[in-house]
Amino acid sequence: MTAMPAVQAPSWQDEILPTLKSFDVKHVVYVPDAGHAAAIRGAEQDNDIVSVALTTEEEGIGYLAGAWLGGERGALLMQSSGVGNCLNTLALQTMTRFPLLMLVTMRGDWAEFNPWQNLMGQATEAALKLMGVRTWRADHPADIRRLVHGAATMAFNGGEACAVLLGQSLIGEKKWVK
Amino acid sequence: MNAALDRRTVAATLLQDRGDLLVVTGLGSASYDAFAAGDHDGNYYLWAAMGSAATVGFGLAMTRRERPVLVLTGDGEMLMGLGALASIGQKLPPNLTIAVLDNGHYGETGMQASHTGRGIELSRFAAAANFPWTGVVTDMDGVAALRERIHARSGTTFASIKIAADELPRVLPPRDGVHVKNRFRAALGLATI
Repeated sequence: MTAMPAVQAPSWQDEILPTLKSFDVKHVVYVPDAGHAAAIRGAEQDNDIVSVALTTEEEGIGYLAGAWLGGERGALLMQSSGVGNCLNTLALQTMTRFPLLMLVTMRGDWAEFNPWQNLMGQATEAALKLMGVRTWRADHPADIRRLVHGAATMAFNGGEACAVLLGQSLIGEKKWVK
Repeated sequence: MNAALDRRTVAATLLQDRGDLLVVTGLGSASYDAFAAGDHDGNYYLWAAMGSAATVGFGLAMTRRERPVLVLTGDGEMLMGLGALASIGQKLPPNLTIAVLDNGHYGETGMQASHTGRGIELSRFAAAANFPWTGVVTDMDGVAALRERIHARSGTTFASIKIAADELPRVLPPRDGVHVKNRFRAALGLATI
């Protein structure tokens, strides 16, 4: 159905979707990024998950607010540049306090080739905090399950906005020249 | 603009005998119109997050497939979330209707002309996004037919309803978003968290 490259993802990537599913996440909404490739591929193939590609990240905040109104949980996957697109819409979470779990792959964070990514990448965590989102950084493969579990626990048990930032050193250096 | 439907009459007609209808309203006048037609536990009023009415309705419709879901919003609010139509177009939940109360103006900020007031027709974006029914509604017969479509849940629907650019008295729904969310979920038999 969906043409996705059959590349071998690092094993930590394979831990994300099962961790989300252990929290009864039914909706995975995303703007694609290489660091989320395994979770997106798994969600697209999983009959128990509704996966929705978004044109821009803030659509995911509205979508997950609606899914929660209807009684189901979800998660929003995006790249750090997308955090900038989300800022005003985060008021929807603050004012209605629905569980908002975000997984953010970082750019402009470590060994970034493209300097145009650096401004938003360096501002990502502070911007989220300014808008009332709890944040955790994952920089090692061993962090992933523990931190996603922790953020999901606080989002779904507390009706809070929680983001795990997946560091660029974890994801790996983007190769621009083959 | 040759249209002159009264927005409150349109909203009241769409929400008449609403049965199990769930409603998400965009910030500004659309929220006032829905509230003026009668407050209801199945109404979810947005007061901010401009551009999000369609996406909230989308997530709700994907989750409560057995219920008709109506997004009632204005042209300016819809214009800020046009990409959502493309996202919805990938899934096309048949129980979702987006009804835009289109007066061609930004009523909340001083009645500046909006893009639709300068000749852009919103329903054509929905048609491009593969919505199986899109249309322009210019009379009350069309509004009554749209109400029937909402309840039929027979295909994702987008209607731009041409209303008069009147500034009506504001009728303000509750601004406590947590309260509105919790009572909406309670009406569906859901706990607060």
